[in-house]
Amino acid sequence: MKSREDQSRRLAMGRSRIQTIFYSAAALISLVGLAEATYLTVVFLSGETAVCGGSPDCFQVLGSSYAKIGGIPVSGLGALAYFSAFTFATFAGFGYGHARRFFAWTVIVMFGMTLWLLFVQAFRLHAFCRYCLFSAALVFLLTGLLVARPVAETEKT
Amino acid sequence: MKRYLPFIIVALVGLLAVGGGAFLYRAKRSANPTPKISKTETLPSGESIHALGPADAAVTLEEFGDFQCPPCGVLSEPINQLQKQYNLRVIYRNFPLAIHAHAKEAAFAAEAAARQGRFWQMHDLLYREQAVWSKSTDARALFNAYAGMLQLDLGRFKEDMDSSDVQQQVENDQQRGAEIGVKTTPTIFLNNKVVPSKQISPDELPGMVEAAVKKAKPSS
Repeated sequence: MKSREDQSRRLAMGRSRIQTIFYSAAALISLVGLAEATYLTVVFLSGETAVCGGSPDCFQVLGSSYAKIGGIPVSGLGALAYFSAFTFATFAGFGYGHARRFFAWTVIVMFGMTLWLLFVQAFRLHAFCRYCLFSAALVFLLTGLLVARPVAETEKT
Repeated sequence: MKRYLPFIIVALVGLLAVGGGAFLYRAKRSANPTPKISKTETLPSGESIHALGPADAAVTLEEFGDFQCPPCGVLSEPINQLQKQYNLRVIYRNFPLAIHAHAKEAAFAAEAAARQGRFWQMHDLLYREQAVWSKSTDARALFNAYAGMLQLDLGRFKEDMDSSDVQQQVENDQQRGAEIGVKTTPTIFLNNKVVPSKQISPDELPGMVEAAVKKAKPSS
């Protein structure tokens, strides 16, 4: 009886350690996304044109009407989303149960938005922006982590 | 302490993001302190011009340029710097050459941007990205994208690009150039005196401008 308790305790500890690693990785990825999105927002607000390294596609995307939602730059919303993902991942890594759920929902919304933006680039603008593709890659990584992460006992309820 | 650690980390990252963003914003603003809002000026003769700098500047530099001409692109930034350094009055006139496939359309784009107070921003952008749109098969799509980047009203920009007003403005500039003997680009006048084409280079132009400034203000 006692050994079974020990075993389940050890199992729970192992799972918790793996979860900490997963959420730390998610927090780091969100941090990179936050830096990129903040840069693009500043470029937008300062009225400067982004340096796209001579890529006409990049200009076409960042200069399109899809780059703003109600006058707010999509990059600004991205920065907010990455900051939220970072916050929830950090709290989840420290064992806050609710943060795990919030993190999952944030990443799902980001994933949906990324799919929409990729659709717009591929089928409406016929141009891809490097910044956006990089951000899409980060969101896919976050989604991958979300799918692959071990589910805590508290989340199963 | 461990209980408060996530709060501290999140607060630090939040502060860093906001602080870093604000720092970057200030750095970008100080690199370009005076947004070049261009009001199209109307001369007593009735013609409209795009000018930077004070109307009573000691030296006026008038350029006839073609946005697709590579030497004009090379001169764009040095002229911007000379304008700031000597507080010149810089006047830009469109002179799109027929040999350049997209030059006229680029001139229309600049004029359409001028209708929303962004002539000089579009001027700088067209020269900066010259190598890109010059080779494009759909330069118009890029000009629209540049308008978007400059946060112009895109619908109005597209309308203006096709408007007879904008096209007339470009033709007026060309006509004025032809009247005073402009045949190629860039052609530059310093206080109404043509600068010999051999001296129109980023190396030689500053010397010419300095001489013109000294001549205009011999006592200083």
